[in-house]
Amino acid sequence: MRFFFRRLRHACFLLFGVSILAFLFTTLAPGNYFDEMRLNPQIAPETMAALRAQYQLDRPLPVRYVSWMNSVLHGQMGFSFAYNSPVAPILFVRARNTLLLTITATLIAWGIALPLGVWSAERFGRLPDRLLSWATAALLVIPDLALALGLLVLTVRTGWFPTGSMTSLDFGSLSLGGKFRDLALHMTLPVAALVLSGLPLLIRHVRAAVAEVLDAPFMLAARGHGIPRRTLLYRYALRVAANPLISLFGFSIGALLSGSLLVEVVMSWPGLGPLLLESILSRDLYVVIDGVLFSTMFLVSGNLIADILLYWADPRIRTESAAR
Amino acid sequence: MVPILEVQDLHVSYRSSGEASYAALAGVNFHLMPNEILGVLGESGSGKSTLATSLLKLLPSNGNISRGSILFEGKDLLCAPAGELEQIRGKRISLVYQEPSVALHPALRASEQVFQVLAAHESAGKSALRQKTRQVLASLFPKEADRISNSYPHQLSGGQRQRVLIAQAIACGPSLLIADEPTASLDSTTQKEILGVMRTLRDELGLAMIFITHNPALLAGFADRVLVLYGGRVAELGLARTVLSSPKHPYTRALFQSMPQILENTRDTRKTKLPVIAGDSSAAQLPLEGCVFEPRCPDRMEDCREREPAVVNLGESHTVSCFKYGG
Amino acid sequence: MQPLLRVEKLVKCYERQNVFGSREKLLALDGVSFAVAQETTLAVVGESGSGKSTLGFCISCLEIPTSGSIWFEGRDIVVLAESERRKLRPQIQLIFQDPSNSLNPRWSVEEILLEPLNLKGKLKREETKQRAVALMTQVGLSSDMFQRSPAQLSGGQRQRLAIARALALEPRVLILDEALSALDCSVQAQIANLLIELQRTLGMTYLFITHDLAMAAHLADEIAVMNRGRVVEQGPAQNILRHPKEEITRHLLAAIPSLDNAERPPLES
Repeated sequence: MRFFFRRLRHACFLLFGVSILAFLFTTLAPGNYFDEMRLNPQIAPETMAALRAQYQLDRPLPVRYVSWMNSVLHGQMGFSFAYNSPVAPILFVRARNTLLLTITATLIAWGIALPLGVWSAERFGRLPDRLLSWATAALLVIPDLALALGLLVLTVRTGWFPTGSMTSLDFGSLSLGGKFRDLALHMTLPVAALVLSGLPLLIRHVRAAVAEVLDAPFMLAARGHGIPRRTLLYRYALRVAANPLISLFGFSIGALLSGSLLVEVVMSWPGLGPLLLESILSRDLYVVIDGVLFSTMFLVSGNLIADILLYWADPRIRTESAAR
Repeated sequence: MVPILEVQDLHVSYRSSGEASYAALAGVNFHLMPNEILGVLGESGSGKSTLATSLLKLLPSNGNISRGSILFEGKDLLCAPAGELEQIRGKRISLVYQEPSVALHPALRASEQVFQVLAAHESAGKSALRQKTRQVLASLFPKEADRISNSYPHQLSGGQRQRVLIAQAIACGPSLLIADEPTASLDSTTQKEILGVMRTLRDELGLAMIFITHNPALLAGFADRVLVLYGGRVAELGLARTVLSSPKHPYTRALFQSMPQILENTRDTRKTKLPVIAGDSSAAQLPLEGCVFEPRCPDRMEDCREREPAVVNLGESHTVSCFKYGG
Repeated sequence: MQPLLRVEKLVKCYERQNVFGSREKLLALDGVSFAVAQETTLAVVGESGSGKSTLGFCISCLEIPTSGSIWFEGRDIVVLAESERRKLRPQIQLIFQDPSNSLNPRWSVEEILLEPLNLKGKLKREETKQRAVALMTQVGLSSDMFQRSPAQLSGGQRQRLAIARALALEPRVLILDEALSALDCSVQAQIANLLIELQRTLGMTYLFITHDLAMAAHLADEIAVMNRGRVVEQGPAQNILRHPKEEITRHLLAAIPSLDNAERPPLES
């Protein structure tokens, strides 16, 4: 538990730091939401000033930071100029959609990468392993954007899956099972893009980690005891290969998130990605800051989860942290 | 009585990239009776670890058994299918590994590691297996079985780890135990203790044992017979007390002389140089023709460079491969 | 005669927090004192966990003792300023059990030897090279091994190389921490002979840390027996061997594997 709290404390500090930096960089960037209005001769300078005052844009930075922080702590997270509403409700819906996408993609990607990586490691250096290495290398060099666009084109041509948006227009009238089916169909394309972009790296890491362990003396010893192949691979080898993989897992959550922003924009999935892009273009200040903060939170939680898993998986870390 | 294990004309070679393959074992013959401890004495490059792994067909992928047979309880292991071998390993023949620090899974509790061996070979229910795990561990740790069972390898001392390895090895009641340098990394008091454990096991469980070591002194008072391995060939084989007290092969003799002797000398030989065998026993130094020990041999003769010596029987099942005795 | 190295009431305490957060003290060294005269060998024997390795680490400045003093050439290196200590440090070299861990596997034999020589500085390229060749000869290696990597050497050759590297810094004391224990018996004898030879030719002083009482008896002038962080018995090697006073010494002596047991029938009945 001490270990967990220490990590949690670190995470909080990190979030606080990021919040300051994000705030600073976005507010110091030139221009604001009302700049376009200024060009409009029909709006009086007084109205402009009133608007700026209303949204506190004329106040000094620290004051604005404190009042934003205050609003964050009250669950509003600032005010969106474009939506004319507190940021929180807008952001939460979008974050939920993004999470739905990334968590599904993460699970599927790992679900494929683990057995495939182990399978490949067992045949290390032989033909099937080499073929898979070639395949992952090829997949690795295709840029994410090209991958997403390619999938999009393919789907539009064939019409196998719906493209764009999260649900069909008649979603509200569907039964529960129908709703689920509809959502799953809509998710297929973006999830596939995410999985394909993340998968090669994961497979390669799993393969390398497991292959290294397979040569370890205790694996030979276990074989000498006649432990069956499946137990050997999944219980013995993976358990030890887990350490670097768990760290990678935490990292992959973060990586998938950034990949997801791109995929969401390309496939018009109503997640954080399009929202963030929109708000950056229109200088919707607080939405941008909160978006950045949310992304950081994903990343940090990913690492936190990885730390906890690591603690659970490796008894040596447990004693080490107890010894400190 | 019938031997439990008969190894005939065993040849093992390794392929290494870029270089020609080299023979780690070239024509090894020996047998093992039930309830017998055979001490295999060999230094690095002698092929002793290759012997241990090839007996269970656990050679690394570049290793290859090119000739010979390994008859275990009358059945040739080299012809056995993979599935059958998996059932023999750990159940009928067990291996105790040399480095207790690396031969245990680092992230599993001691009891779990013993349990897995049992689970691999026995079909009894989980609780019955747990019960048996406890019994096996209790037999090796009479005092603190519970604490040890719940410990991870890094929480145990070298001697305790070695006992856990032995627990794994005897869990399924094998009839043959192969121990590859099981005490090399332990200090001498722990060494003695582990030897005692193995000795007791042999007496209680009626195990046959192949005990591989580089230290001849460990075999004294422990092994029944001694096999001296040099350069992948059997240099000398005989009853432990004969070989250890009056060795015949020049290698065995030179090896024993190079060990520091204390106390029994009335003359103080401390800090004088030990008589050593010049050179190196690594595979790179072995000659391709003639007797493998010839370049380092103090008694070399004409014939030694020309051809390999044959096995000479000196009586009382004491055999030597050396021209000095006829060859 | 003034001893070259003298250790006085050396204490090393490791502190660790247990699961409940309370501190546990682990006394690795509990008031160890001894002296080693120049050109002699002191063997420190004991079971694993007796603190003998910690002792080696403290004397070679790899660990800072909790209290006590280590006198070397008339100066206490525990309280010495870091800059002063750095000057003395090369004079005390440590050799480990497994040289493959302390030799960089990616370096060639030549690079491994040249590094400490270059560290000393002030030598021309040619001289450095000559010195390296001389060191190789001194430890019984041939200089055509220069381009090999440590992995291409045998265990004995690696240990010779480790000794050569230590000698490059012209030390006065070598601390041999189980330096022979991982080697084959015949190779142990070779390295033991090398150590005897180096002591004769270079006047080397050894601290021979080991659990192998037989080898200790062969190499040492004096033996110190350690148990639980203390030196329980110390004296001339022959005295300790013939008339052990402490229980632990008798225990260690009894555990020496010896070929003489061969006369006994194999089944102790």
